[in-house]
Amino acid sequence: MDGHTAALLRPPALSLRFYPVWRRNLLVWRKLAAPSMLGNLADPMIYMLGLGYGLGRLLPEIGGMPYITFLAAGTVCFSTMNSATFETLYSAFSRMHVQRTWDAILNAPVTLDDVVTAELAWAASKSVLSGLAIMVVVWALGLSTSPLSLAVLLVVPLIGLTFGALGLAVTAVSPSYDFFMYYFTLFITPIAMLSGVFFPLEELPAAFQTAAWCLPLAHAVALVRPLLLGNVPTDIALHLAVLAAYAAAGFYVALVLFRRRLLS
Amino acid sequence: MALADAARRAPPDDLPPRDAPRAAPRELAAEPALAVSDLRKAYGAHRAVDGVSFAIRPGECFGLLGPNGAGKTTTLKLCLGLTDPDGGEIRLGGHPVPGEAREARVRVGVVPQLDNLDPDFTVTENLLVYGRYFGLSKRAIAARIPELLAFAGLAGRADARIQTLSGGMKRRLTLARALVNDPQILFMDEPTTGLDPQARHLIWERLRKLTAQGKTILLTTHFMEEAERLCGRLVIMDHGRLIAEGSPRALIQQHIDPHVVEVHGEGVAEWAERDARRLCRRVERTGETVFCYDADVAPLLADLEARKELRYLHRAADLEDVFLKLTGRELRD
Repeated sequence: MDGHTAALLRPPALSLRFYPVWRRNLLVWRKLAAPSMLGNLADPMIYMLGLGYGLGRLLPEIGGMPYITFLAAGTVCFSTMNSATFETLYSAFSRMHVQRTWDAILNAPVTLDDVVTAELAWAASKSVLSGLAIMVVVWALGLSTSPLSLAVLLVVPLIGLTFGALGLAVTAVSPSYDFFMYYFTLFITPIAMLSGVFFPLEELPAAFQTAAWCLPLAHAVALVRPLLLGNVPTDIALHLAVLAAYAAAGFYVALVLFRRRLLS
Repeated sequence: MALADAARRAPPDDLPPRDAPRAAPRELAAEPALAVSDLRKAYGAHRAVDGVSFAIRPGECFGLLGPNGAGKTTTLKLCLGLTDPDGGEIRLGGHPVPGEAREARVRVGVVPQLDNLDPDFTVTENLLVYGRYFGLSKRAIAARIPELLAFAGLAGRADARIQTLSGGMKRRLTLARALVNDPQILFMDEPTTGLDPQARHLIWERLRKLTAQGKTILLTTHFMEEAERLCGRLVIMDHGRLIAEGSPRALIQQHIDPHVVEVHGEGVAEWAERDARRLCRRVERTGETVFCYDADVAPLLADLEARKELRYLHRAADLEDVFLKLTGRELRD
C-alpha cells in the first residue's frame, strides 16, 4: 500500500470544527424553512393520514392496532430516512459540486473530514425534525398515548445518521443529479416496501424477509412500532447495532470516496 | 536571490519528516512566506508538477504564470495542503505542508478561480459565516465587516443578496472574504478573469494596497499585463516545470529584443521569408501575422513604409512576448 492509498484509508479525524459548517447549513435552512418544511413534513403526513384513514377503513386491525397506528410507526422511519437521504444526495451534492461551497470551506482551516462530518450531522438534524413532526401528529391524534413513545425520539437521530451516511457514500461517487435516481429506485423504494413500513414484513416470502433483516430500515421499524404502542421492543441491542454499523460503515466509505474525489 | 537560494539549500534527501518539530524561532524570523522545493505531483503518467522550487519573501507580490494545464492550479492546491505531493517540501507561514496544512491555513486567504460565494446569503452573511470557519467569534467578525466592505467598495451593499451583485462586485466580495481572517499571505488564482477593464483596474489597485500593507501575494494569471503591473518577481511554468524566473523587466531584457513589429496583410508570408528575415534578428509567424523582434527596427520600418499592402504595429516588447517565446504559440486546451 503506497502513501496515497494509506492517506485515503486513514481513519476519520473527528473534531468540533465541523460545527461552523453545520451552522452554515442551519442558517441557509432558516432562510428557506417554509418550502423545506412543507416538502419534508407535510408530504409524508398527507400520505400517512390519507392512506391510514382511507385504506384503514377497509382493513381490519393489523397486529392488534388500527392501520393508521401501524402506518404511523412506519411513516416515522420512512420520513426520517427520506429526509436524511434527500439532504445528503441533492443538497450535499449542490454544496459540493454545483455551488463549490465545500471548496470555499476547505480553503479555511477546516478539513474534508470536518465538512463530511458536518454534512452527516446536518442531515441527521434535519431528519430529526421530520421524525419529530410525525410524532407530534401521532400524539395530537391520540394514536399513541404511552410515555414509552417518547423513546422514539432517541431512535430517530440514529435512523438519520444511518441513511445520511449511506446517502453521502452515494453522493461521493455521483457525477450528476441524475445518478441519484438509481439509488432511489434501486435502494430506497425497495427498502421501503421490504421493511414493514406499509404492511407487515411477515407477509413477504421468506427470502425477502431475510433480505429485509439484512437492511437497516426493518430494524428501525422494529424499534419504533412497539414503542408507539407502549411496549419495550425485543432485541433492542441487535437493532441498534445494525443501524449503528450501517451508519459507521457508510460514513467511513463516504469519507474515503470523498477524499479520493476531492483531495487527489 | 538570497531567498531563492535558501529554498534550494536543503537537498531533498535531507528533508525532515512531516511531523518533525518546527524550525527554531531564530530561523522563523527569516523564513519565506512560502517556500517550495522540488515539488512533484503526477496523475497517472501525467506529471502535473515536475520538480518545482521557489520561495516568496514576506510582503512580495509573486506571480505564477503559465498556459492552461501548465500545473499552476495543482501547485496552489499542493501549497494549501489540499492534495498530497508525490515528493518535495512545502513550508507555508512556517508550517510544513501537508503535515500542518490546517494550521498554516489559519493565516492564509484564498481567492479562487471560480466564484464560490454562498448564493443563499447576503454580503454580510457571507463574511460572517466564512469568518466562523476560522474559529472567529461573531463579534470579532462583525467588527471587521465595515472595514472589509469599504475596502471592497461594497459599503452600501452589506445586506444585498449575492444574485444582485455584478461580476466585479462578486470578485471584490471574494477578496474581502479572503481577508476576513487578516491573512499574512493571499493566494489569488486568476483573480481578474472574466472582469471588464474597470473592474480589473479596481482589483489591481486593491492588490497594490494590500502589498503596501505588507501582505504577501501569490498570484496566478495568464494576463501578462496584470503580472507586469503587479508582480515584483514571477516564474513562468510550463509542462509542470519552471522555465523562467525574475522580475518582469529582467525577464524582458533577458529573453527578448526590446522592439516588436507586428505585420499583417496581403503577401505577408512571402515578405517574411524574403525581407523580414534579412532585415530583422528574429521573425515568428502565427497564422497571418508576422512578429519581428530586434534592438533596431529602423531598416525594417523603412521597408514597411514602402509597402502599401502590409499593415504594421510597432511597439515595445512586453512580458507577453517573453511568455509566448518560452511557451510557444500553439493553442493549449
